[in-house]
Amino acid sequence: MHHVLVDRWSRGTSRLHARDPRAKILAVVAFLIVLATTPPHAAVPLMIYTVLLLAGILIAGLPVGSVALRGMAVLPFSLTFGLISWLAGDALRAQALVEKSYLSAVAVLLLAGTTPLPLLLQGLEALGTPRFLVMVTQFLYRYLFVISEQAQHFRLAAACREGAHKKHRRMRFRGAAGALAVLFARSYYRAEGIHRAMLARSFSGRFGVLGGLHFRASDLLFTLAIGMFLIVVRVQ
Amino acid sequence: MTPLIEVHDLHFQYEDGTQALDGVTFSLQPGETVALFGANGSGKTTFVLHLNGILEGQGSVAVCGMPVIKENLTAVRSKIGMVFQDSDEQLFMPTVREDVAFGPLNQGLTPEQAVARAKVALEQVGMTHTLDKAPYHLSAGEKRRVALAGVLAMEPEILVLDEPTTFLDPPAQRNLLHLLQGLPQAKLIVTHDTRFAAALATRAVFFDRGKLVADGDVEEIVRHFDWTYPVLPEDLRYSAQRRF
Amino acid sequence: MHIPDNFLSVPVWAALDAVSLPAVGLMARRASRELEDTRIPLLGVMGAFVFAAQMINFPVGIGTSGHLVGGALLAYTLGASPTVLVMTAILAIQAFVFQDGGVLALGANVFNMAIAGVLAAYWPFQFWGASRRRMAIFAGAFISVMVSASLALGELLISGVAIPRPLVLVSMAVFGISALIEGAITISVVQAIEKLNPRFVQKPAVASGRLLAAISCGALLLGIGGFLMASSAPDGIQKLGMELGLTAKTGFHAPLADYAAGYFEAAWMRKATAGLAGLLLIYGVCVAAGRVLGRQRSA
Repeated sequence: MHHVLVDRWSRGTSRLHARDPRAKILAVVAFLIVLATTPPHAAVPLMIYTVLLLAGILIAGLPVGSVALRGMAVLPFSLTFGLISWLAGDALRAQALVEKSYLSAVAVLLLAGTTPLPLLLQGLEALGTPRFLVMVTQFLYRYLFVISEQAQHFRLAAACREGAHKKHRRMRFRGAAGALAVLFARSYYRAEGIHRAMLARSFSGRFGVLGGLHFRASDLLFTLAIGMFLIVVRVQ
Repeated sequence: MTPLIEVHDLHFQYEDGTQALDGVTFSLQPGETVALFGANGSGKTTFVLHLNGILEGQGSVAVCGMPVIKENLTAVRSKIGMVFQDSDEQLFMPTVREDVAFGPLNQGLTPEQAVARAKVALEQVGMTHTLDKAPYHLSAGEKRRVALAGVLAMEPEILVLDEPTTFLDPPAQRNLLHLLQGLPQAKLIVTHDTRFAAALATRAVFFDRGKLVADGDVEEIVRHFDWTYPVLPEDLRYSAQRRF
Repeated sequence: MHIPDNFLSVPVWAALDAVSLPAVGLMARRASRELEDTRIPLLGVMGAFVFAAQMINFPVGIGTSGHLVGGALLAYTLGASPTVLVMTAILAIQAFVFQDGGVLALGANVFNMAIAGVLAAYWPFQFWGASRRRMAIFAGAFISVMVSASLALGELLISGVAIPRPLVLVSMAVFGISALIEGAITISVVQAIEKLNPRFVQKPAVASGRLLAAISCGALLLGIGGFLMASSAPDGIQKLGMELGLTAKTGFHAPLADYAAGYFEAAWMRKATAGLAGLLLIYGVCVAAGRVLGRQRSA
């Protein structure tokens, strides 16, 4: 599963992994903004962005082929619209659409692949995202793996028992709805179990904060360097 | 000596009316390890949830001399630590470090002190190498030990373990057994695994439909209630005659 | 339905970011104050549930199967306000971890699916949930998907993405089918959940229903407006977008120098103010909705 792979990538130990998440978030957002505002027929900047991403992937020690492949998830969407734009006579926009959307996807993948999600969320919180929302997302991610596996088991169990005949379609539909209801109930009771476990360890209504992020000089240097490079490329 | 736990005539009813606990009286002395046996639904886990105030029934419950009432809950929960059956529900933080430090933080320690306690606890259970790992990367046995560390980090006087051998393979069970044998706290162990219990406890209590029907020597209780586990072929001859 | 980056023009995604992200932030801060942190695990786990639920196939005939989106289902079980937060969390994970939906476009996706979609699901439930429950739930889920999809389509058109009229109509038809599937799955699952435990499903609140219904109506009308615009005059929308300066001009129409200069022209800014005023109105609706929903929570 995709998130399992990205999660594994994110636990690497390259210099890019070691950067403060805020620095990486700011760098990627700057990249995305510069990319988005680059006019369609500026081929040279697009090439430079590609090289920049490639450099990032290599420094991070991620498998280039795999990253390039996973970035293609956005292509069905963009190729469709690209084709339509092209047929409508706007070939330039079509090309720009496909190239830019691909580069955006790879950039975000690079961010996710060099920053474990809980750390990424901490970075977002430090940049102003409300703590409540960050913690909900954190819990979501924590139980994503567990509950997805449960859902897979349901699918397997259902597949073992279902009939392929048209008559059985309605039963399968109801069966799937029943499975979802059970998954819902199990998830709800799981949340109650979590609450009990929290209470048992003296939880009094507020989550405490453990570690702070440390924005070092190297992070500042990194952010400024990328930022300025991007601005220079854009303004040319 | 003040008993660590004193429960007198505890009653508890579920929302749908079932009497889960029907007049339970129990006490635990310092240093004791007691096994809690009983059929599924007999009230063992329900009973145990009253000891740290998660459930509230009628009757008196006192831990380390403190009545288990709202004002004392934080203090009570520092004295009695609970390891639940489902480790996934217990390890809810993104990393082991954050999870084990959760309890100490709630006790009012600073982040640095909390992490220091967490490291000590993880060393006690032999899981220091997992400090920055995510819980879903751990095996069932590792999760159990980290959950125990999360409880030990609060420096409790009593440990309660609810079906601690669930999902553990034999080596992990043996590992856990040795670990628990080395811990000085008084222990309450809810379990079906009578061999595991007998290796840790000399005293056992038996729950039957919300009542505490026996309290005595582990081996005697197992024999009396025909509660041998794992079930061997010879045992099956007698099980048909059991009344539950 | 998740819009990737580089599809929307700068004014569109920037405006939607500026509108929806603070709105959600406001609701998060309110939730933090009123609910304490106790509800966080439930919301997180339910978000994970929706993710997992989207994996389960529902056979709908001719060899195809649909799957649940989940906004309506969450609204009917957790309530509208928490659902906005859970959906935002889901969209964030989808954007960052799965690259499903853009990062800059997150504001747009949050607006379409976490805010408008949820409000659109809640309105029929509030209005008819007491009397005609099954229909209300089906209608709510249906409208939720239609609103989210129509808004997305509208945003793409107004950004200048070329979508010829036949394709718009086809898209609308596809949205309609997805919406029907969502309705069927939602009502089926809600009924199954109720059988397991009736307290899992919300009771439509009678008291503040009217004000909430009015506000949700506003969101619904926006969606309907988007739908009507998109289906009847896609070219018109594109023209409107160009007039307001919301559309990114391509090199096809003007050389690079003019494009760069035009961006900062005062004329553009004047025209864009009209569009911004409309978006500020939407912002106001969301904030008001957040306040009302928040008040309902504590009631």
